[in-house]
Amino acid sequence: MPKLLQLQHIRKTFPGVVALDDVSFSIAEGEIHTLLGENGAGKSTLMNVLTGFYAPDSGSLLLDGQPVRFSSPRDSLALGIGMVHQHFMLVAAHSVLENILVALQGVPLFFPRRQLRSRIEQTIAEFGIELELDTPVWQLSIGAQQWIELIKLLMRDCRLLILDEPTAVLTPQEADKLFQVLQRLKQQGKSIIFISHKMREVMEISDRVTILKKGSSVTTLEAGEFNQNKLATLMIGGDRIPEWQKSLPFSDELVLEIENLAVRNDRGLADLDNFNLQLKKGEILGIAGIAGNGQKALAEALTGLTKVESGRVLANGEDITRSCARSSYIAGIAHIPEDRKAIGIAPDLSLDENLILKNFRAKRFRHGVFQSRSAIRNNAIEKVDQFAIKAGPQGSPVRLLSGGNIQKVIIARELSEQPTVLVALYPTRGLDIGSAEYVHKVIAEGAGNGMSTILISEDLDELYKICDRIAVIFRGRLIGYADPTSSSREEIGLMMSGEVSA
Amino acid sequence: MSLAFRVEKRDQGSALFRSLTIIASVLVALFVAGFLLLAAGVNPATAYLEILREALGSTYGISETLVKATPLIITGLAVSVAFRMQIWNIGAEGQIYMGACGATGVALFSGLDAPLMLPAMFAAAFFAGGLWASVAGLLRARWQVNEVIVTLLMNYIAILLADYLIYGPWKNPDGYNFPLTAQFVDAARLTEYFNTRLHSGFFIALFCALAVYLLMERTIWGYQIKAIGSNPAAARYAGMKTGLAIFLVLALSGAIAGIAGFSEVAGLQHRLQHGLSPGYGYTAIIIAWLARRSALGVIIVSLLMGILLVGGDSLQLSWQLPVAFAYAFQGLILFFLLAGDFFINFRLRWVKEDADA
Repeated sequence: MPKLLQLQHIRKTFPGVVALDDVSFSIAEGEIHTLLGENGAGKSTLMNVLTGFYAPDSGSLLLDGQPVRFSSPRDSLALGIGMVHQHFMLVAAHSVLENILVALQGVPLFFPRRQLRSRIEQTIAEFGIELELDTPVWQLSIGAQQWIELIKLLMRDCRLLILDEPTAVLTPQEADKLFQVLQRLKQQGKSIIFISHKMREVMEISDRVTILKKGSSVTTLEAGEFNQNKLATLMIGGDRIPEWQKSLPFSDELVLEIENLAVRNDRGLADLDNFNLQLKKGEILGIAGIAGNGQKALAEALTGLTKVESGRVLANGEDITRSCARSSYIAGIAHIPEDRKAIGIAPDLSLDENLILKNFRAKRFRHGVFQSRSAIRNNAIEKVDQFAIKAGPQGSPVRLLSGGNIQKVIIARELSEQPTVLVALYPTRGLDIGSAEYVHKVIAEGAGNGMSTILISEDLDELYKICDRIAVIFRGRLIGYADPTSSSREEIGLMMSGEVSA
Repeated sequence: MSLAFRVEKRDQGSALFRSLTIIASVLVALFVAGFLLLAAGVNPATAYLEILREALGSTYGISETLVKATPLIITGLAVSVAFRMQIWNIGAEGQIYMGACGATGVALFSGLDAPLMLPAMFAAAFFAGGLWASVAGLLRARWQVNEVIVTLLMNYIAILLADYLIYGPWKNPDGYNFPLTAQFVDAARLTEYFNTRLHSGFFIALFCALAVYLLMERTIWGYQIKAIGSNPAAARYAGMKTGLAIFLVLALSGAIAGIAGFSEVAGLQHRLQHGLSPGYGYTAIIIAWLARRSALGVIIVSLLMGILLVGGDSLQLSWQLPVAFAYAFQGLILFFLLAGDFFINFRLRWVKEDADA
């Protein structure tokens, strides 16, 4: 098949970091090419080079054999390269139609609305997508919003579509639908670059897989040459993976009971509605659900960051929803937040200072109002060692650490006061396999010591692997519990779309 | 082929590099100000030498420099405390006036005696400045009203309030109707040294610097201020009461600026008068920026600004240059400093580009 796009010896450096070093790969016409790599391997940088956000330091891009140079995303779009980003670029208050129209090129000043509308409807029908053009975007599920992004690119006749972890926001059923669409696009001769962490999907859909590791392309494999194990091995290379054991059976003692909890968001809409949950001592309870179905509100209500509208939270049988005991109990709940850079760290403070962000008032870190520098330093030395944090020079701002190390800093801090309950939101999102395994190990070890964990994740594989029970959340309600040893992915997938209640 | 340049992020430069940009900013400002001097028909080299000679060439010059630096140090510290939390207190000027009013009220009407008078004046100034700024603190913490606007606008209120007092109820009955209060009694005056105008307010300023250093670098309160300044969301998540902290820090910032008002009336002017501060509160903003919000830095930069103010006076006398020159120079320094910030974080790189790209 003719080569659509070739990247040759791409090198891109940032101050102090070589993000891409001599990366070469090519995409043929009508090919689904998966890009696989741990976080920090350079996938995003490479895509940013492809779409014109970054100019490479050296190396060349060939489109149809001709050298091209992009100085902005406009240039790459004009040549038919489009990307569906992880964060959608949509105007929430506008309708689906309006959002698509914005993306169109060469529309006359007084545009033929009806004609464009029928063209868009045609495209939607062609791929069997369900999308109502007049609905405002904010009313749509995240999965539906992703369709809009995809249709925008199709309307522009993009020849190369880049999808950055598109299935992260989809139910298994929705993901299947997406794969059908991608297969159709492939038959039409379009090329697709697919980025994912999930091995099963990679196996299912890829014609070829290119593995990136630490900024250089390790190898490209054709379909049939790879299996899940081989890919994982190549991705990790010689990195050591921590070993851990799934925790022992948990006790029947309830540590936390949530009854009819309701939480409203800023717009007054219900994030959690009549939500019930029971957490047992030493249990790892997974919360499965599509992103945006109330997971964040649940975590924030439990950790005291959000006001509870109605309902009760019982800790060891005692109502702590509004009592004074709540704040002290909340202090005993560890929280690994969803957006770790946005709320997990104070980026300009040092590693030492960030490790005591939550317990800086503890007696051992101060003499009266004065901070004890030696105690803070010793604490950092201990945590760096215990959690294998790769720390920079002492005193340098923590924001200079990699995402995985920042996550370790947060986990080290949250677990340092021996919490009874850990609420973890997507704790392994964006982490490389080594770091992700490390997080699982820490959670499993905590469970062994009697800590109960609420693990909120969108990755069913992760939930299957580590959880004792899986609760499914949909539109702010508990749909039911599933047993990872006996429930199938399909059952859980259906529950995630709210269709079955167990 | 065309030549274009690209802006690139760079590593946070070393401490040396950052200090060098500050010095470079000042030098470039000197250079540009030189053209202003040339336009006024003055040889810049001669003028700069004159500034140095005037400000540092005699005991009198040095004492005057320290006298000018005193309110700058105190207000610079006041502003920098708030800046550390990303709270922009633009109202130090008004807080100086309120501090001065508080101190003057005690000096004129309390009837206290020697050992108690000065501490009472100090406390009154501290509370008056703090109270004034806490209005902005309350509005910001409770209703997210932008503190820049509130503190700035309250400057005008404070200055006019002080004017009302000296033109009205506090006017010296024996003052031939001049807008001045009566002179303070001796018990309400700070000690002066070496037969110059240098007064113990300077040592109060140094003490404030030490206190602010300890607060910011060593205490759990300073830790919270820095954490909130770095990322308020993370601070809230870690259980800090950010609203309360904003309120308290603005109040503290105003209270420190109030001390400058106390130092000026008790140490230098010995009465409340119109034009008490020639914009120290605004210069403080430049100082806090130049000093990178460090207490020691505030002292050094304030002394430099003191030299500039004293030397600027001599330019007025020797060449009849307007006092505005000193302010123009301050403005230029801040301007180039901000430009310098850009070069600390980014570099420009020339790249060759194919014309047909």
